[in-house]
Amino acid sequence: MRGWLLAVCCGFLAACAEVPLRGTGDLGLVVERASGQVAVIDTTAKSVLGHVAGLGDLSHASVVYSRDARYAYVFGRDGGLTKVDLLGQRIDQRVMQAGNSIGGAISQDGRLVVAQNYTPGGIKVFDAATLELLAEVPTQSKVVGLADLPGQKFAYALFDKGEIWVSDLSQPRAPRTQKYPAGQQPYDGLVTPDGRYYMAGLFGEDGIALLDTWRPELGVRKILQNYGKGQEKLPVFKMPHLRGWAVAGNQAYLPAIGRHEVLVVDKGNWQETRRIKVKSQPVFVMARPDGRQVWVNFAHPDNSWVQVIDTLTGEVVQTLQPGKAILHMEFSPRGEHVWLSARDDDAVLIYDTQTFERLASLPLPSPSGIFFSSRAARTGF
Amino acid sequence: MHAVTVYSGGQCKKLSRIKAARPLLPQAAVMMRNWFGMLALSGMQTLGMPPAALAGEVQKSAFDLPATIRLVRQDCGSCHGMTLQGGLGTPLTREALAGQSPEALAIVILHGRHGTAMPPWKSLLSEAQAQWIAERLLEGFPEEKRQ
Repeated sequence: MRGWLLAVCCGFLAACAEVPLRGTGDLGLVVERASGQVAVIDTTAKSVLGHVAGLGDLSHASVVYSRDARYAYVFGRDGGLTKVDLLGQRIDQRVMQAGNSIGGAISQDGRLVVAQNYTPGGIKVFDAATLELLAEVPTQSKVVGLADLPGQKFAYALFDKGEIWVSDLSQPRAPRTQKYPAGQQPYDGLVTPDGRYYMAGLFGEDGIALLDTWRPELGVRKILQNYGKGQEKLPVFKMPHLRGWAVAGNQAYLPAIGRHEVLVVDKGNWQETRRIKVKSQPVFVMARPDGRQVWVNFAHPDNSWVQVIDTLTGEVVQTLQPGKAILHMEFSPRGEHVWLSARDDDAVLIYDTQTFERLASLPLPSPSGIFFSSRAARTGF
Repeated sequence: MHAVTVYSGGQCKKLSRIKAARPLLPQAAVMMRNWFGMLALSGMQTLGMPPAALAGEVQKSAFDLPATIRLVRQDCGSCHGMTLQGGLGTPLTREALAGQSPEALAIVILHGRHGTAMPPWKSLLSEAQAQWIAERLLEGFPEEKRQ
């Protein structure tokens, strides 16, 4: 009996030793797209703490965080929604919620998790604690660019219908939805850091659809219209992603479609102020948290390159070739480091954003998205 | 020549905006080349073999099979899904493509589909490669084998 008790006590101690008391502010996840698992990483130690498996098809995946930054909600391609405990390095909850899914968002108060789906097209609303399904809004269209807005609202765009919808989930079981015409084939969307403006990039026409959510009665206006006027589009081998908004100071930096350019607009009047020539078709255009730099990665076949724009001069100041198939970039919370996933090198690379020196390379199989827990406190992430 | 219908259907008509739809004639020429290519290849059952020994226009170059499989899974996969079950792009599974001709698919691969997000891959893929991809898609595309 005493031996048995001792064994149990040792078991408890061992369990405790596995999870030392610690915060989650410097943790994050890296999606290992080919193996259906995520790596839990530590941005201070620049190390991999462990892996969580069994998340299904992560060939396209995105992640949002609970407001306490302990749990990550992982939206997989196959419609799996998995709540991962960063500290326990285990799955807390998991549901299959659709046939083909693209991402999700979390409400301002952290109580609702919303998934955006291609098949069946629409959004689904879940209780963030239990993943119980609370409501759904069918769209009869693929949903792109879902973003959380203040006031328990969510904005999203309909690829097939060319509309922006805003659903008010202040009564989660009874969503109320406003619809706005947006333009041809919105491919992704973003909300500005203050939660005021929702933008949907258009693939079927040159321009961005802009909704001022403080003045929704004005409807959607188009900005950057005809930026490629009269010129044949270059082939787009990968759709740009607008998720990591790039707003630096008063300027917003956006990928052009079918042009090897980053477009810059003034946030005051939404007029184009500059075009910056870059190496290839931009995919992610992301501002370092302080806004001084904008990092750009590119579509196939130029996805081994990364360029850095100095927002003070509007010039490309650095061109790097960090590795093969750079799919995603994520800044440390205050931007001193950037983590890059090099899918075809099976590595995540960590760079100093000031010196552009490589600080570390972490071996991880087929890494894609990198998501740090500091996203928990940011609107639109 | 039923393959042409892929292009001449409603898809094409709507699309006037971006430099208008291609005239059918060059596509027909490409198809003819593909047909001749098929004839030339008919002695070889395995299209997967790099057709380096062949004369004519089909073999722009021998191509790397693992790299081609990887390109389809990873790069076509960024729109069509790594499992090819669809994403922003349509599904490319055997079931979804049933009834299509490989020649028509190869043309879509090389020249894209106007009015959709499907780009022309002709700057990156040879005709032989596109034809090989089309045929493999129709029979269920092979998985990637990574070392």
